[in-house]
Amino acid sequence: MLKHGDRSPAFHPASAPDYLPLRHLRELQTSRLRSVVERAWAKVPLLRGRMDESRLGPEDIRSLEDISLLPFTTKSDLRDTYPFGLFASPMKDVVRLHASSGTTGKPIVVAYTQDDVDVWTSVMVRSFAACGVHHGDIVQNAYGYGLFTGGLGAHYGAEGIGATVVPISGGNTDRQIMVMKDFGVTVICCTPSYFLHLIERAAQLDVDIRELPLRVGVFGAEPWTGSMRKRIEALSGIQAFDIYGLSEIIGPGVAIECPEHDGLHIFEDHFYPEIIDPDTGRVLHDGEEGELVLTTLSKQAMPMIRYRTRDITSLIPEPCPCGRSLRRMKRIGRRSDDMLIIRGVNVFPSQVEAALLEVEGTLPHYQIVLRRAHGLDQIEVQVEVTPETFSDRIGALEELHSRIGDALEHVLGIKVEVTLVEPRSIQRSEGKAKRVIDLRVAS
Amino acid sequence: MKIQQLSIFSENKPGHMMGPCRILAEAGIDIRALSLADTQHFGILRLIVSDWQQAKNLLERGGYVVKVTEVLMVEVPDRPGGLAEVLELFRGMRINIEYMYAFPFGREGQAVLVFRFDQPDAAMARLQACGIKVLDTTFLEPQPASTEPRP
Repeated sequence: MLKHGDRSPAFHPASAPDYLPLRHLRELQTSRLRSVVERAWAKVPLLRGRMDESRLGPEDIRSLEDISLLPFTTKSDLRDTYPFGLFASPMKDVVRLHASSGTTGKPIVVAYTQDDVDVWTSVMVRSFAACGVHHGDIVQNAYGYGLFTGGLGAHYGAEGIGATVVPISGGNTDRQIMVMKDFGVTVICCTPSYFLHLIERAAQLDVDIRELPLRVGVFGAEPWTGSMRKRIEALSGIQAFDIYGLSEIIGPGVAIECPEHDGLHIFEDHFYPEIIDPDTGRVLHDGEEGELVLTTLSKQAMPMIRYRTRDITSLIPEPCPCGRSLRRMKRIGRRSDDMLIIRGVNVFPSQVEAALLEVEGTLPHYQIVLRRAHGLDQIEVQVEVTPETFSDRIGALEELHSRIGDALEHVLGIKVEVTLVEPRSIQRSEGKAKRVIDLRVAS
Repeated sequence: MKIQQLSIFSENKPGHMMGPCRILAEAGIDIRALSLADTQHFGILRLIVSDWQQAKNLLERGGYVVKVTEVLMVEVPDRPGGLAEVLELFRGMRINIEYMYAFPFGREGQAVLVFRFDQPDAAMARLQACGIKVLDTTFLEPQPASTEPRP
């Protein structure tokens, strides 16, 4: 049951590229692919070296199918070239830098020229338009502002569509609810788990979100499920949309759900998708499940050629009833590596290891326990006490406890609950400890 | 002389004290004194036992992390001011008491205090210079079960 204001959205002119005839779309993709490969080959030594190794020049890329000749780019390429090694523009042309967490404490840096920011804004405008957001809406942007791409990405898009933006950023739940109520907010952007938390807290404050003007939620930055959507929609009366993106490609706005809520349309005039077998690298057909690989077709400051997202999905071959010619991907359910997404933040177990190693000198047995409480992801790291770290003095153990907590927070960028546990209390399986216990109910 | 105290890490959960105590009981090792220090999250069980070396081996074999610390045991008169007089000896000296605990198995009219000093040698020298009795390990021998009828 959806609320007032639920009407089929007026067509927004910015959405025109969503409906390009397929032949035209493929032509556009082909010409953009050729120029982005040329640019990356000319400006990014890493890519040029790899293409040289395969005796490949930019002139060998003539059709979209030729993309499979190109080498992949991985997250470790970004790490290894930290901070600016993959830039294809001189710094004077770069108008913005963002960063996301890396596995060794060093973040991954991404860059935008003014044209890149304009493309980003345009895909976010098209995303909001697909969600039925329009001029006159009041958008509460509860994504974090800062180095994380979520906040500014949604901000520019919402302004671009002519909405009123409330740049409240993340956190301070009671104030979020007050603003939502007092400002007459009609659209909210945040992670789905945080919105569930907002609903619960609002109920405690005697605020029924179903009675507020709030109409649309644009939720992303973490995987969620269909049943979570049902719960959100039933409890709040809003329409919930899934948005997908990653900093390495541009930020939020790589793909968006339309009102059919059956897969996410990839803005493939800018981000060309492939699905590959994560083990062999072989390109799979539409409909087959594998790892999503994206190539930025128009990015200047930091072109990404065949970037391996590690997200597992498939491309839906059938056209969407909404009329968009952009292919859809299924919502992301899992990843092909061990990356965890906690409150929208990327966390690798190897980061936890690095922090523990730094504090203790040797790696103790540890376990990461993930829970969801009040709609918010909680991360606990249990660390076994060792003969080296144990002390008969309470103060020394408490200091160890807080040093571990500080080191983890420093590396991960989020608050972590640390528990010191008895030796051998963490279960070993086949000689190797199971590092991650995910108790977040996938519902 | 200095006495070896064993410390064992324990999670603050029901039943977690039982394990080490059972191991010692089965080996016939007498716990002569103990103290449990705890925080919201964990505890440290500190033990003075009749045979610390054997106890340590058994506990470690049982999977516990055991830390050996040297402490001093001091006999003081069991009367008001008995403790204060001992503490007075360290006033103005740069010796810290990390923690201490007391137990009542001293001779008639005496209490026994366990001190964890940051500098046990300096502390012992001071105590002995002031004529305070620092107990040795004979105090830790298992006590014969009392045969006296209960009153």
